[in-house]
Amino acid sequence: MTLFIEQCLNGLQFGLLLFLLAAGLTLVFGIMDLVNLAHGSLYMLGAYFAATFAAWTGSFVFGAVLAIVATLLVGMALEVIAMRRLYGRDHLDHVLGTFGLILFFDEAVRLIWGAGGLSLPVPAWLNRSIEILPGVQYSAYRFAIIIVTLAVAAFLYILVMRTRVGMLIRAGASNREMVGALGVNIKLLYTLVFGLGAALAGLAGMIQAPILTVQIGMGENILILAFVITVIGGIGSIRGAFVAALLVGFIDTLGRAFFPQILVELLGRQAGSTAAPALSSMMIYILMAVILIVKPQGLFSANSR
Amino acid sequence: MQKTLLAASAALLLAVSPAVSPAFAQQKSVKIGFVSTFSGPVASIGDDMRNAFELALDHMGRKMGGLPVEVIYEDDTLKPEVGKQKAEKLVESDKVDFVSGFIWSNVVYASYKPIVDAKTFLVIANAGETRLAGENCSPFIFSTAWTNDQNPIAVADYMNQKGVKSVYLIGPNYAAGKENLAGFKSAFKGQVIGEDYTTWPSQLDFSAELAKAKASKAEAVYMFYPGAAGVQFLNQYAQAGLKGSIPLYTTFSIDSLSLPRQKDAALGVISALQWAADLPNDANKKFVDDFKKKFGSEPSFYAAQSYDAAMLIGSAVAGVKGNLSDKAAVQKALEKADFKSVRGDFKFGSNHYPTQNFYMQEVVKVGDNYTQKTIATAEKNVPNPHAAKCSMK
Amino acid sequence: MTRALTPRNLVTAALLIGLALLPLYVALTGDRFMLTLFTRIVILAMAAVSLNLILGYGGMMSFGHAAYLGLGGYTVAILSFEGVHSGFIQWPAAIAVSALFALAVGALSLRTRGVYFIMITLAFAQMAYYLASGMARYGGDDGLSLEARSTFAGLVNLSNKTTFYYVCLILLFASIVLVWRLTNSRFGMVLQGVRSNETRMGAIGYPTFRYKLTGFVIAGTLCGLSGALIANHTDFVSPSMMFWTRSGDLIVMVVLGGMGTLFGPVFGALALLFLEQFLPALISAAVRPINPAGAAKAGEYWQLVLGPLLLFVVLFARGGIDGMLRSLSRRGADAEKARHD
Repeated sequence: MTLFIEQCLNGLQFGLLLFLLAAGLTLVFGIMDLVNLAHGSLYMLGAYFAATFAAWTGSFVFGAVLAIVATLLVGMALEVIAMRRLYGRDHLDHVLGTFGLILFFDEAVRLIWGAGGLSLPVPAWLNRSIEILPGVQYSAYRFAIIIVTLAVAAFLYILVMRTRVGMLIRAGASNREMVGALGVNIKLLYTLVFGLGAALAGLAGMIQAPILTVQIGMGENILILAFVITVIGGIGSIRGAFVAALLVGFIDTLGRAFFPQILVELLGRQAGSTAAPALSSMMIYILMAVILIVKPQGLFSANSR
Repeated sequence: MQKTLLAASAALLLAVSPAVSPAFAQQKSVKIGFVSTFSGPVASIGDDMRNAFELALDHMGRKMGGLPVEVIYEDDTLKPEVGKQKAEKLVESDKVDFVSGFIWSNVVYASYKPIVDAKTFLVIANAGETRLAGENCSPFIFSTAWTNDQNPIAVADYMNQKGVKSVYLIGPNYAAGKENLAGFKSAFKGQVIGEDYTTWPSQLDFSAELAKAKASKAEAVYMFYPGAAGVQFLNQYAQAGLKGSIPLYTTFSIDSLSLPRQKDAALGVISALQWAADLPNDANKKFVDDFKKKFGSEPSFYAAQSYDAAMLIGSAVAGVKGNLSDKAAVQKALEKADFKSVRGDFKFGSNHYPTQNFYMQEVVKVGDNYTQKTIATAEKNVPNPHAAKCSMK
Repeated sequence: MTRALTPRNLVTAALLIGLALLPLYVALTGDRFMLTLFTRIVILAMAAVSLNLILGYGGMMSFGHAAYLGLGGYTVAILSFEGVHSGFIQWPAAIAVSALFALAVGALSLRTRGVYFIMITLAFAQMAYYLASGMARYGGDDGLSLEARSTFAGLVNLSNKTTFYYVCLILLFASIVLVWRLTNSRFGMVLQGVRSNETRMGAIGYPTFRYKLTGFVIAGTLCGLSGALIANHTDFVSPSMMFWTRSGDLIVMVVLGGMGTLFGPVFGALALLFLEQFLPALISAAVRPINPAGAAKAGEYWQLVLGPLLLFVVLFARGGIDGMLRSLSRRGADAEKARHD
């Protein structure tokens, strides 16, 4: 039972982290209609910035804040220099152009920081396990992630649902031309939204940095998952991204945790232990295919709202 | 019009064909192809191997048997099919005399065929794919490393001696990971409570597996994660609260490249290796000192094996006095292994894999630096266990 | 006559003749690697041609086309592993497997539009990828080596590199002809009509779904055949040939060469694989005069050049290579016209 609770917490933590990535992606997707494969690169940059700034300032928190600001700036610069030119093109152009950007960012990072990768140590006050429920020990750092990401999700909810900027964002997701017709500075709004998405990706990268090693290509692995979430949730829908992220987080973690035993029972040790990681990764894609077949616009479509 | 086109393309063909070289002219240089990973997260391993290989060439005066040496480095990008393409390019286009390098078992297993088919010598500097030592062994394949199961067997024996009764195994789901854990299981006398294989190389979050290991109440955990994944594993092991409560054993997951990033998380972890930076022999001292001087970092075991690979090739070229066209003579010269290895005495078994010692190493902190200290010689003069399956006697 | 001799036609003709004469060049220079490289180019060009049928002519943005390469390849490799070496069984099996997969994927995913279609095709390809990595008997993640190439009862010997190259080349030409015939047939016209305006085609009374599905299955089948070729070429299959970045590579080839054009995908495959092969050396050579010590290392950063190059093509050269050749031809024609006036 303890194990089950712990695995659920792991799933929750992973899902919330994926939400940070997917939220930025779905905003950019929904409002600018831009498929941004380079979103994973911003996640990687967040992690590199965090490791670098934390080493400079000697403080984890300072490093984290600076990293988020830096990714925000890089994101806005990227929007002004390159992304802006891709709006209005078809999705294929987006896929290609941003695929090229992935290659560029990977190599640029290698040029600047070297191939070896960096590490960001967890601050001492979080580097322990705590008893969150009687008898359930859990990593303090992962628990902190759950709290911080929940706070960010709440902030996003208020931003999108309760503020003027949020109103424009929502309006942009369902009817782009309309927002422009209202006389809003659409260019600035786009730059800000892209920057916000970048900052969220940077935050996700920064959060993952101590758990994973900061390394080149770290964005590619997680990018596709973030896309899957965006699509399952319905493009442009923050709420959909939240639900889908938790769904994917739980399926991934619980699949890895309990699938192997079941398969080993069924297929025998050798075949089962090879098939288990593959099949548990496959479940996420099966889920997505099923959802799209039943609801071709995802769970919560922004357009049909 | 068609005629003009034909003529034009014929002219074009002739224009590009001065590349025709007198292929059978006298050997003017020794050409070596070196396949490793020079991009992506594990590029640091490839760089370390290249550094060591270059250092060995420096130590030989950049000549082998009086001939100048040309090394062509190729990046396998950690993908088997790319490694194979690079191997084909080296033997077909560059016409190298030797191919060396190879970190990954799955890459070398996909790549060895074109090399051996072209009667080119392959000197593996790391990848320990067992089939190349056993049923698929070849007169053209040599290794200055080990097979995947050897080091884990040494660790398992050590744990048997220490009286460890139960263990939980975690490793990556690819050739080397499966062979590594299989090797461990073949020698461990206690109970294997559970084992997990994770997606390689993409899975880096081990929370689900570590939670299971913790819940299993095993006495010890054994894992195998080379390169960057080893850093992640150790950090997460500490964060999950397992460090200090369950002792951790490993092979190939801690080296001088990853230690500066593993730091405290690696302290006290025990592993087994056929080479150590503190091995007391002259060749090793020279290697370690010069490596530190030239590159400003400690050499890893990948570097040590690559250094040996270069020295082995050098000894063979010198042994046949630069006449590399006599393949049988080159093979004999390689088999002699007439060079000073950084691991002390070096000799090959019948399958061209070394017969060697294994040392237990523990991570300790010396001043501000973390290093691996040899705590025991686990086994002496271990022959490669797959020699019996190899048709060469 | 002058019209036929446009730069575009000349380059295309030179390309075809060059491909046909390549073994001659190899025989002259002894550079056997060129044959290996070009066999790969020809096979991938065939895969790109098949993708172009649905992407360029049909407007279906499949982001999972590499799955068929893998399925075709795995079918051959698994049959060979189980002792069936005859190409008369292996190749039709590869074609059948990929056709069935395309039928299933198409039937399910053609109900979605736009990005959702991109993502669902990606999802199915990822499923095939993980399925292959989960098969312990066939090597799992490590892939499977072919013991021997497909045999054809002594008629052709695929182990002979020149023979194999010509087999691939003939199949490439055949698939180009097939696409040409298809796109100029009524079927092709409807398909291209659906690309521009599906609603209208539906309103006219065409069962658009059935047309799209047929195109999707033909493309998948053709790609499956190139998968059978690539397995024979590399003597090796692995799940990574189905990974999403591979599907990305195929799209890059089609767009780089020129979408919806007959020879575009061939140009694209040639250009991409050439860049991959020779850009590192090119960069090294360019850096050498400035910094001789860092030259070799600079070549490793070739993707720093390739990445922005892709973005550049997307932004400024939308028709790809074929488009550039076409505008070159048009400019030439204009100049010609001006001179005559």
